[in-house]
Amino acid sequence: MSAATRAVPLYRLAHGRTGDKGNRSNVSVIAYRPGDFALLVAQVTEARVAEAFAHRRPSQVRRYLLPKLHAMNFVIDDVLDGGVNGSLNLDSHGKSLAFLLLDMTIEVPTLEEK
Amino acid sequence: MAAPLLIGAGAGFSGDRVDAAGPVVRTLAARRMPACLIYETLAERTLALAQLARRSDPEAGYEPLLPDLLAPVLGECLEHGIRIVSNFGAANPPAAARRILALARELGLRAPRIAIVRGDDLSSPAHRAMLREAIGPRLDEIEVASANAYIGAEPIAAALAAGAEIVVAGRVADPSLAVGPAMAHHGWRADDWTRLARATMAGHLLECGAQVTGGYFADPGMKDVPDVHEPGFPIAQVAEDGSCEVFKADHTGGCVTLRTVKEQLLYEVHDPAAYLTPDVIADIAEAEVSEVAPDRVRLAGVRGHPRPDRLKVNVCFEDGWLAEGEISYAGRGAEARARLAGDIVRRRLAGMLDVRIDLIGCVSVFADDAGRMKERIEPGDARDVRMRAAARHADRRVAERLAREVTALYTCGPAGGGGVRTSVRARLDTLSCFVPREAVPTSFEMAA
Repeated sequence: MSAATRAVPLYRLAHGRTGDKGNRSNVSVIAYRPGDFALLVAQVTEARVAEAFAHRRPSQVRRYLLPKLHAMNFVIDDVLDGGVNGSLNLDSHGKSLAFLLLDMTIEVPTLEEK
Repeated sequence: MAAPLLIGAGAGFSGDRVDAAGPVVRTLAARRMPACLIYETLAERTLALAQLARRSDPEAGYEPLLPDLLAPVLGECLEHGIRIVSNFGAANPPAAARRILALARELGLRAPRIAIVRGDDLSSPAHRAMLREAIGPRLDEIEVASANAYIGAEPIAAALAAGAEIVVAGRVADPSLAVGPAMAHHGWRADDWTRLARATMAGHLLECGAQVTGGYFADPGMKDVPDVHEPGFPIAQVAEDGSCEVFKADHTGGCVTLRTVKEQLLYEVHDPAAYLTPDVIADIAEAEVSEVAPDRVRLAGVRGHPRPDRLKVNVCFEDGWLAEGEISYAGRGAEARARLAGDIVRRRLAGMLDVRIDLIGCVSVFADDAGRMKERIEPGDARDVRMRAAARHADRRVAERLAREVTALYTCGPAGGGGVRTSVRARLDTLSCFVPREAVPTSFEMAA
């Protein structure tokens, strides 16, 4: 990428919600503007999400794309310290985790602002 | 072609607002269309607690808020032919049905025709061998509190077709609460995968109540919600082809937008092409949402695949004790004092308990039990920090040591600690497994 970019929190570009089943968390990432979806697909990768959750030792991160919704769904395995009944976390469901993911930084081209 | 069916949501979890259903029922009645009301009130833990309650009282074990949820709307529902379908029977649907009949008497209403759904409860000795095969030797080590299969929409649809005005179930899959009424109303077959999948996703949008109408959504400045203190609960209009439009109760706050619908559509979904329920495998990989009117969103493009051969079973068991203790520090040096308090508790309990320490105000819910994130974060100078210690142990007396160590920080800990709260609670844990569908026959019967 030769054009200049600036770092923007994913939080400014997308919203999301966390769900939980057992010891597995899912986080949706939904572009506010459809035009940003390609940027998110390029940068919000399984590897970067695994990195954001590294302290929780995910055993697997899978990303599913829903282009018609300009959304993606991350399924993150074994990050809830055993799940709602097993974890010592105050937030044993991991309901806050969407906002951990949305803390990620996205490089946005500065020359082609809409 | 049959008229569409309106399905309103009266509750999205056990503990939901009991004043939510009123505006929904008034809206359903005003539309003068075929309509029903569903309440989703069961979670894994809720059901285990209900089972334990039933053991100590044979007339307990259903949703404790049942009368509070129903009393405001029961008369209107009976008057306008609005059927009620719910899993609020929890561990004891027959007792829930008796409570509803008593409630109708208390309110001066006629006795409603109530159906009880059976088949989900696998906690009796007769099912032990099946569970042992599905779970393995681990089952021999635990004291089972509850064992329930997630059953589907068929017994609900059959009960409604037989004239039930209220259907009381236990562990049915959440979306099936909506699929059952849609099947009965439209006369769908149980292998009409496309229609069942579409109704399943309508049910999925409804099952968490306000989560699709602006609840659990607001983020000031980014996602603002009008009159967020009183979001209207959702209603889905389900057409004969299964497609749906979601809106909300009249004269309420909240909102139904593409954003609220997308968030709820993906909530607790794993592979979008394979959302598994007892009724069908729903596929939303190509789903689309469109705003057809203000606060009214249409969901299209849902596909269906044949239902799974096996049903999911959750087995809950008691698993030791959870102890927690908290103490606050404020002002200059607060963070350092809170960190020191955590170190003191940990050292006092070394070799006895593995203690998790949170610093509420610095690092807590994002962190992990092992403390890796907390280690990574440089100590700062936060001025209002609550130290929380948590641990579990099989022996209650050992767990209680944690509560006592936090309390002792009052006089033995760092300067200025205040506001100690402690609790020691029984823990419930869950094992999941799958059993053959044929091994879990379901049925309904009318309450006497």
